Amino acid sequence: MKTINSTTPMSSLVKFTLVQVLMLCTLLNPAVADNAVLVQSTTSTANSGLYDYLLPIFEKKHDTRVHVVAVGTGQAIRNAGNCDADVLLVHAKSAEEKFVNDGFGISRQDLMYNDFVIVGPSSDPAGVANAESASEALTAITAKQAIFASRGDNSGTHKKELQLWQQANIDVEPLSGKWYRETGSGMGATLNITIGMGAYTLTDRATWISFNNKQKHRVLLEGDDALFNQYGIILVNPEKCPNVNAALAQQFIDWMTGSEGQQLIADYQLQGKQLFYPNANH
Amino acid sequence: MQDFRQSFSHAAQLIADLDPTLIEIVLLSLKVSLTATLLACVIGMPLGALLATRRFFGKWLVSVVLNTLMGMPPVVLGLLFYMVLSASGPLGWLQLLYTPGAMIIVQTFLVLPIVTALTKQIIEDAWSEYQPLLQSLRVGKWGSAQTLLWDMRTSLLTVALAGFARAISEVGAVIVVGGNINHLTRVMTTAIALETSKGELALALALGMILLLIALTVNALVFSTRQRVTV
Repeated sequence: MKTINSTTPMSSLVKFTLVQVLMLCTLLNPAVADNAVLVQSTTSTANSGLYDYLLPIFEKKHDTRVHVVAVGTGQAIRNAGNCDADVLLVHAKSAEEKFVNDGFGISRQDLMYNDFVIVGPSSDPAGVANAESASEALTAITAKQAIFASRGDNSGTHKKELQLWQQANIDVEPLSGKWYRETGSGMGATLNITIGMGAYTLTDRATWISFNNKQKHRVLLEGDDALFNQYGIILVNPEKCPNVNAALAQQFIDWMTGSEGQQLIADYQLQGKQLFYPNANH
Repeated sequence: MQDFRQSFSHAAQLIADLDPTLIEIVLLSLKVSLTATLLACVIGMPLGALLATRRFFGKWLVSVVLNTLMGMPPVVLGLLFYMVLSASGPLGWLQLLYTPGAMIIVQTFLVLPIVTALTKQIIEDAWSEYQPLLQSLRVGKWGSAQTLLWDMRTSLLTVALAGFARAISEVGAVIVVGGNINHLTRVMTTAIALETSKGELALALALGMILLLIALTVNALVFSTRQRVTV
């Protein structure tokens, strides 16, 4: 009796678990439809509403779906490197070229550009608005030890910001945690923090225009050539990632860089302002 | 400053309009979290009951580990499953990443330790009371576990609700394995995170209110069943 009792529960447990696992498998949706493009993207293009405007037009025309995962450029590149994307759309040219050179992507193309701006409180304690260049602005912030919020997340904007500090000959690493504060978050979250702290930060213009919690912050520095922001589009290499839907992904890239996509990008406005300037095939 | 009143009016507006995008997001949230809770209960409750009624070597350690896993940060679990389900991961061939299926799996594992550990505790208490009776009736351990599970069903409903609350409210796991893709894997919590990052604080808070309203409805429904079950 005792032996029967002690073995039965275990075997029924095993059976039970097996049934559960089978149930789980049937419950789960089958794989994403093959007829879809998976894009790993930077956040600015998604948060600004560009995709909501562009993608339905492409989807309708080609009877397909475009799925966008919007994360920081660094994470987008890493996810695409894990083959979890068909197309990569980010803004960090040297990292993109490395991605292609490492064999993960093919044919990086310029897609569009806009620019970065330095935003800060209207009171502007460091006098950034008087600066002639980004380097001068960062030097002024350093001299005043005014709070500066950095993305600190290896995103395209973060890479650009580090490049600007380097050009200004300022080493921010030892200053981190003092007036230089790394949020380790996306652009939107960093802007919320910037506003909460009355700090300065670097942001792409599209995110800033579409951001709806500006309060008393405004653009203090813009127009420096060093603040140029180029977006690129890359097909993930199907030889490295056999799951890549290469034909459809290429169709999407061709459309985005072709006359129709480029015109639509130029036409897209938010609050009466153009957010992105097409420059494919230049 | 966007104020609370604006959030309330946003929330009321969204509900009054039966905003189709909102409905889609709400339904997906419910589908994912309810399915995950159900799976976790179906696996975790018998498991918890068995752990309670059986004596084995290392039982203490199993309890400690289970209780620790109740505190698993969702984002860590999400990362773990991202690595497993990624196209370059061991289960990449399933092509589940960035689908609701992946979200259900990750939430099931998030809820499982809570359901198992709480069930184990409840059944253990009942077992210490009924063990002599059940043994005198020569009911086996598995039979005892089943009897006690049925007997404790009202308490177990609360366990299920605790599991559901954990699932519906978490954002860290679903955003990593789901990707917050519009019309595919966007749920309430990831939509709230997105609106916050767009600086749409009032809208984000409005979505939060609606999420609480949904949780309230589910709890009220379960509570009314519980009343009937008790009688």
